[in-house]
Amino acid sequence: MANYTENELAKDLENQEYKYGFVSDIESDKIPVGLNEGIIHLISSKKEEPSWLLEYRLKAFQIWKEMTEPEWAHVHYEKPKFNDIAYYSAPKQTKKYESWDDVDPEMKETMKKLGISLEEQKKLTGVAVDFVMDSVSVATSFKAKLAELGIIFCSFSEAVKEYPELIQKYMGTVVPPTDNFYAALNSAVFTDGSFCYIPKGVRCPMELSTYFRINEGGTGQFERTLVVADEGSYVSYLEGCTAPQRDENQLHAAVVELVALENAEIKYSTVQNWYPGDKNGIGGIFNFVTKRGMCERNAKISWTQVETGSAVTWKYPSCILKGDNSVGEFYSVAVTNNYQQADTGTKMVHLGKNTKSTIISKGISAGKSQNSYRGLVQIHKSAQNARNFSQCDSLLMSDQCGAHTFPYIECKNPSAKIEHEATTSKIGEDQLFYCMQRGISEEKAISLIVNGYCKEVLNQLPMEFAVEAQKLLAISLEGSVG
Amino acid sequence: MNFQQLDEMEIATNVSKISQFVTNFRENNLLIGDRLRDSSKLVLAQNDFPTTRHESWKYTRLTKLSQLSLTTTEKINSPVSVPLKSPHVISIVNGNIVDVPSIPGVNVFRLSECSEKQLELVGKHISIENDVFQALNTLYLKDGLIIEIQENQQINDAIQLIFETQESSIFCPIRIIIVGKKSSKAHFFQHFSGKGTGLTLPVFEYFLEQNAHLKVDKIQMENDESFHIATDQVHQERDSYFKINTITLSGKLVRNNLNILVDGENCETNLNGSFLLHDGQLVDNHTIVDHLKPNCNSNELYKGVLNGKSIGVFNGKVFVRPDAQKINAFQSNANVLLSEDASMNSKPELEIYADDVKCSHGSTTGQMDEEAIFYLRTRGISDKSARALMTQAFIGDVLNQIDSEEVRSYIESKLIEIHGWTI
Repeated sequence: MANYTENELAKDLENQEYKYGFVSDIESDKIPVGLNEGIIHLISSKKEEPSWLLEYRLKAFQIWKEMTEPEWAHVHYEKPKFNDIAYYSAPKQTKKYESWDDVDPEMKETMKKLGISLEEQKKLTGVAVDFVMDSVSVATSFKAKLAELGIIFCSFSEAVKEYPELIQKYMGTVVPPTDNFYAALNSAVFTDGSFCYIPKGVRCPMELSTYFRINEGGTGQFERTLVVADEGSYVSYLEGCTAPQRDENQLHAAVVELVALENAEIKYSTVQNWYPGDKNGIGGIFNFVTKRGMCERNAKISWTQVETGSAVTWKYPSCILKGDNSVGEFYSVAVTNNYQQADTGTKMVHLGKNTKSTIISKGISAGKSQNSYRGLVQIHKSAQNARNFSQCDSLLMSDQCGAHTFPYIECKNPSAKIEHEATTSKIGEDQLFYCMQRGISEEKAISLIVNGYCKEVLNQLPMEFAVEAQKLLAISLEGSVG
Repeated sequence: MNFQQLDEMEIATNVSKISQFVTNFRENNLLIGDRLRDSSKLVLAQNDFPTTRHESWKYTRLTKLSQLSLTTTEKINSPVSVPLKSPHVISIVNGNIVDVPSIPGVNVFRLSECSEKQLELVGKHISIENDVFQALNTLYLKDGLIIEIQENQQINDAIQLIFETQESSIFCPIRIIIVGKKSSKAHFFQHFSGKGTGLTLPVFEYFLEQNAHLKVDKIQMENDESFHIATDQVHQERDSYFKINTITLSGKLVRNNLNILVDGENCETNLNGSFLLHDGQLVDNHTIVDHLKPNCNSNELYKGVLNGKSIGVFNGKVFVRPDAQKINAFQSNANVLLSEDASMNSKPELEIYADDVKCSHGSTTGQMDEEAIFYLRTRGISDKSARALMTQAFIGDVLNQIDSEEVRSYIESKLIEIHGWTI
């Protein structure tokens, strides 16, 4: 076990059809479908929440009711019927597990299929995993070790009970319920998620990781993640997503808030591989996510994402560079195949002096998919000597797909320097020819070229993720070249 | 009060705004057909001046424009000044066509004398839907021209279209339709100027038939109190060549909508623009290059220099439609901010639906290179001259795209006049 190598991990990932397409048979504690104040009361009481959180939810619900669904994104889909969704689903269990042995064997099996068995993970990869089965966290590892350093890494609902003052202080400060339609919805009905707090001056010794998983049919998953890095601390946070194969569209509207206080650094990496729908565009996950980070003085937030799944993606991990000398980074690979649609990008809001941002976005479209980059670089008047570099490349793999770029560049300070570059083209025939001439099959050659094209972004990922991401790219694009 | 109520209120007050705006105007009696007339009326009844909530007017506020009280006039005072030597001069004063010269190889018709059949060209490729400015132009247009370059004709001298506003607070809608017949070639020089104020609302429609070759140089230097909203709608058929250079030197608010439909194979399209802004000016360039057919090239270069409290907007869009393979489309936008209060909003967009293409865009915003300034200063050049030299070099890339030596030196002389450059 100890020599579980990169190759073996790669082999594990080598499943052809959507390998995470199974439904595990666990009895779920599910509430009736629909969305109203009663449901919110019910969610809140099921989770034994304090009254301030219930009030927060109800207020968000009021805000949400007055909002309309945004339509500006370059995607087309049938709008979710919000009253046909069950907003809460928790694996049925009454008592908390004392030890790993107490965990439902079926759930263990599911984890095994996901390749992230906690036991193995603990020993082999040194990654603490907060595994989210549907909406309730069931196991958290490495807690003790982290606790030694004063690091808090737990499920959101646990944090609400244990650390209410931290939650109250930071929740909704980066993404307020009024921010947008889906953020408001999430604020009203979120079930669980992760909370992470790194105390002053602590460098988190391991990569914190959460695997999300949508399991119950017809359940929307409304995650809420809050990462707070206190002054001078550092954390690398990993988020990976998989979901079972089904035919009905499932809605996922998560909110991720990052707070990097003075001199802190947060690295947030995502591999998203939710069910993208079948070859005819039936089914698949709707992924409408609001992710944003707030940088105080000298802080740095770096977003890295590999997006291969979901039928419709609508996601803009952003940085508000509030403090002087703060740095924002965004590295993204977005792959769409078949009928997938993605509208993704970032927002870099420069407020402080000497703030810097880098945007590297690589889009790959295949099949009949549509892939858009949409980004905003905003230099405010106060942002002296702000600097931005953006590069958005698109690769077209078929003659029926689309690749689009919508950058918004707004500059109000004459000392700022902004560069934006974008290119769109297909794989160079000559590169392909060169590889094939060396006896590399067409499919392999394409995979090679694509990996090279994404290298800048993949290099930013932690090792465990990088291997997985490379495999994912290959699987996602399988059979897309004709 | 919730947002919806606010919206309704806004709509209610806005509708009265536009009806107020048009009180002094008279509808035309051109034979443009009831359909066009009715749809224009409908647009004006249902819409108002766009607000910054409209995506295409996100950075351009029209509050001041909507508050103007304008009239139209038949007056033509002094003769216009003609910048170029070419004898082909068509002058339009206060929105009135002064005289229509005869140019060999060219047919010129007034819209008021055209048959219904000829007027079918009006608004042929323009979508009037929700566009109040198109509707205003269509409905309150006094007159316009159809300029037809005959088949296989090459017009060597530039055809000068001189627009002058001589009165204050006047509304000048005008429509010029330029048809480049098969294998024709011509160069148009458009010049907007004048001491008067108000709103100039020109709509140009260009139809390039097979193998037609058209070059347009557009100089906008109206009064710093005047508003200018221009539309240039271009339709290119196969093997045609189109080039437009838009140079904006003054004006309070200038908006250019340049829409090019490349509807044939082997076309070439070049669009360049430059703007030098000062004080509270606003210049908004919206361009669309829509590639419908394969094997075409398009190049776009826009450069801006912003001073004072000016605001610059660039929105360039390139479409490559499905099956329009082998397209090379390049787009570039560079801007320099010279003052604390200037701001620039750039939005270069690509929408690509075909795979065998090479498309790129780039956008930069920054300031003068202080090292280069320092270098010039060490050579004994004054700070002012050094900056002027740098600015000149910066927009020189665009000015060099103007093929006519005469036009280029005219613009340079105007720049020296306005900015007091001593080179």
